[in-house]
Amino acid sequence: MNNKYRLTMQEMTKQYPGCIANNDVTLKIKHGEVHALLGENGAGKSTLMKMLYGVVKPDQGDMFFNGRIMNIKEPADARDLGIGMVFQHFSLFETLTVAQNIELALGDLAGHSSTLAGRITKTSTRYGMPLDPHRLVSTLSTGERQRVEIVRCLLLDIQLLILDEPTSVLTPQEVDALFKTLKSLKKEGCSVLFISHKLHEVIELCDSATILRGGKVSGHCIPKNETSESIARLMVGDNTPISNQTRRALGTADFLTVNNLTTAAQALFETPLKNINFAVQQGEIVGIAGVAGNGQEELLKVLSGEQIQASSSAIKFKNTVVDALCPLKRRRLGLACVPEDRLGRGAVPTMDLAQNALLTSFDSGLVKNGFLVKQKITELANKIITKYKVKTPSFRTHAASLSGGNLQKFIIGREVEQSPKLLVMSHPTWGVDIGAQVAIHEAILKLRDEGCAVLVISEDLDELYKICDRIGAICDGKLSPILNTDTVPLVQLGQWMAGDFSDVFNNQPKVHTPQGALA
Amino acid sequence: MIKLEPRVERSPAWSYLSPVLAILLTLITGYVVFALLGHDPLNALYTLLIAPVADWYGVTELLVMTIPILLCAYGLALCYRASVWNIGAEGQLLIGGVCASAVAVNFVGSTSAFAMPLTLFAGIAGGMLWAGLAAFMKLRLNTNEILVTIMLNYIAVNVLLWAVHGPLKDPHGYNFPESALFGDSTLLPILFDGTRLHLGLAFALLALCATWVFISKTFIGFQIQVLGLDASAAKMAGYKRALLIAGVLVISGGLAGLAGAGEVAGPIGQLVPQISPGYGYAAIIVAFLGRLHPVGITFAGLLMGLIYMGGELAQINMGLPNAITGIFQGLMLFYLLSCDVLITYRLRFSLPFKQQKAQPIHIAQES
Repeated sequence: MNNKYRLTMQEMTKQYPGCIANNDVTLKIKHGEVHALLGENGAGKSTLMKMLYGVVKPDQGDMFFNGRIMNIKEPADARDLGIGMVFQHFSLFETLTVAQNIELALGDLAGHSSTLAGRITKTSTRYGMPLDPHRLVSTLSTGERQRVEIVRCLLLDIQLLILDEPTSVLTPQEVDALFKTLKSLKKEGCSVLFISHKLHEVIELCDSATILRGGKVSGHCIPKNETSESIARLMVGDNTPISNQTRRALGTADFLTVNNLTTAAQALFETPLKNINFAVQQGEIVGIAGVAGNGQEELLKVLSGEQIQASSSAIKFKNTVVDALCPLKRRRLGLACVPEDRLGRGAVPTMDLAQNALLTSFDSGLVKNGFLVKQKITELANKIITKYKVKTPSFRTHAASLSGGNLQKFIIGREVEQSPKLLVMSHPTWGVDIGAQVAIHEAILKLRDEGCAVLVISEDLDELYKICDRIGAICDGKLSPILNTDTVPLVQLGQWMAGDFSDVFNNQPKVHTPQGALA
Repeated sequence: MIKLEPRVERSPAWSYLSPVLAILLTLITGYVVFALLGHDPLNALYTLLIAPVADWYGVTELLVMTIPILLCAYGLALCYRASVWNIGAEGQLLIGGVCASAVAVNFVGSTSAFAMPLTLFAGIAGGMLWAGLAAFMKLRLNTNEILVTIMLNYIAVNVLLWAVHGPLKDPHGYNFPESALFGDSTLLPILFDGTRLHLGLAFALLALCATWVFISKTFIGFQIQVLGLDASAAKMAGYKRALLIAGVLVISGGLAGLAGAGEVAGPIGQLVPQISPGYGYAAIIVAFLGRLHPVGITFAGLLMGLIYMGGELAQINMGLPNAITGIFQGLMLFYLLSCDVLITYRLRFSLPFKQQKAQPIHIAQES
């Protein structure tokens, strides 16, 4: 085999019942390059990585590492070869320190405990991401936790680092820091495989890219010579719209007002909300950015009524104080909710789409004298399926067997069809393919134009800049000011996300939105 | 080579075929077991499964036996659909029997038309109360309903013993731990002369229809299922968890209480220490065998009753050990649970060493 490549995966095929996750996929990564693996959800990226890391066994295909054939049976074999992987979801124990976590994960490879802390400090500073080995993981920010995972890989003699969607949990500033680290790794000859769907980051960072679509390689490119649009085309194919017209709007009158909302933590590691003030007007979309775990979940729960504040009067729908009202009463005041977990909160996985349509639409004439009106329920399900282009064999399909994007289209369609006065959404397009994303944004914008007050809580800044009329950020349970989107530069929003609510307008007057926003 | 392969969707056909296959396999295994034991297998299976219901009287006895099991199981199915693990049907049945008896002993010589209904209502109320206790503790004190209902079963047994040794003991009963024999006005009417089949059958049929309609046609029934499948979706949608949990527990307690009242005011005719040979526990198995569906439960209950009766007959007629009942129940459960695999998986027969050509169908969602 050619020794020019760090890693060669040749004609990899993996078949699952009912689908081919990878079909004849070839991936080649050179020494010391940052290689991007791109593709929509379901394109086969995860399967390919799982085969490389020894988590699943390929049906066909050969893998070579530094020109030698790889024989990987389990992740430990991959680690021994010098392959490190940082997963999207961290595997850290919150109640242990950084050093303890690393020692636990590396086992014998960690060396002696007494020297480990020193090595952690040394390695982490060398790559520009300082870490205190004695701090408890529970006190670290998401970005710092990611550093722990990366340092854990770097402590071993690593030749290939795989990062799965590493920037989705970071603030723009943290992303910059990560990219510096990756570039210095690259200089030392380490190869990096960067899995992402944020195209502007790929263009900025990566030397080459392999694009997957439907389990097959749909193209290779040098990202620097491409635009976000041309790469997106390779990802989605020719027939899917990748952008839609967005226009800003001004609200009319306040619908949701939140005054001095403060909550107590209900469980360990929950973020209490601290003195939150904001309003959402009818006919506008307000976006709240923030890194996961900064109080978004808690905010959604107090707004939806899943968590009831018995003795306060901070939240008002129009003129009604709703703090003590149960979710049902709030719903009847015009609230609709789209939670981030679409399976398990937004929809019941093992129920079919008709039943899932009924789940929250029970007030739309589907129930008569306590009895279900089956015909109306299926009518509604079919209406949502056709109107929101949900790809499904029929309304009898279980929610769990729909793809993430299709299920999300269904859930949003279900809520929108109830013509709510206030729609609260958390990560509406998380893990959703571009086509569905466009459709979802279209539905939200249309609802706004009909006069609904919309609140979007998201980590996806591109999305927020694209659809929101006003924008702010939440950090550690505190909310930044909420200003017109076009007057908030990305740098400002990044500062807010990091908890610095001081004004940077004076020294950063230039308005700047992310390059890669598919708008 | 045979491979098990996950299906893309659950197979509706196999959810009906699987019990049939299970029964078939049970019969085949039973045939082999009897043959190995040196009995005529066909005769043994006949004795076990057909002889008990070969005549009209046998059929009615089977029904008498299954009535309390079914009443309990319909209620339990509601609980289990809501993921409320009520193991306390036995206790609720016993308390129902005790409460019913406490009313019934006041009507021994009476001809009042209210005697029978009041007795039954007392039984229902007793069962509801006993299940209501568990609901209260689960919702207010955040206890685990499994433990609470099991322990309430033991308390119920002792309440029953206290009642028959104390306040409800027949003063003219030579100190036997039994209540007085109930008066005719209290006893459930016999439906067919010469049998023991009583009005309880109508209650069971009513409960069958009511729970069926409740679970599949009403919005509250739907909410119960959502709660059971996905509590956070139910919360998000605004369903009232506490009300639903208390509701299913109280309904199932009421049905179990009715079963208890039906026993003391039916075939037994008085309160005795052994009003239930474990109907409430058998009902748990029956509820699951019947896939928590009232119709399925009805078949499962009849089958369980049949095996109980057949086991007894096989002891008497063929000198087979009592364990045969347990073996048959065990086989049946084992095969049923095993065959359920075919609902979510399919068998794939392939020749070894022959590469399967990949066929693109559609690409599943990545996690």
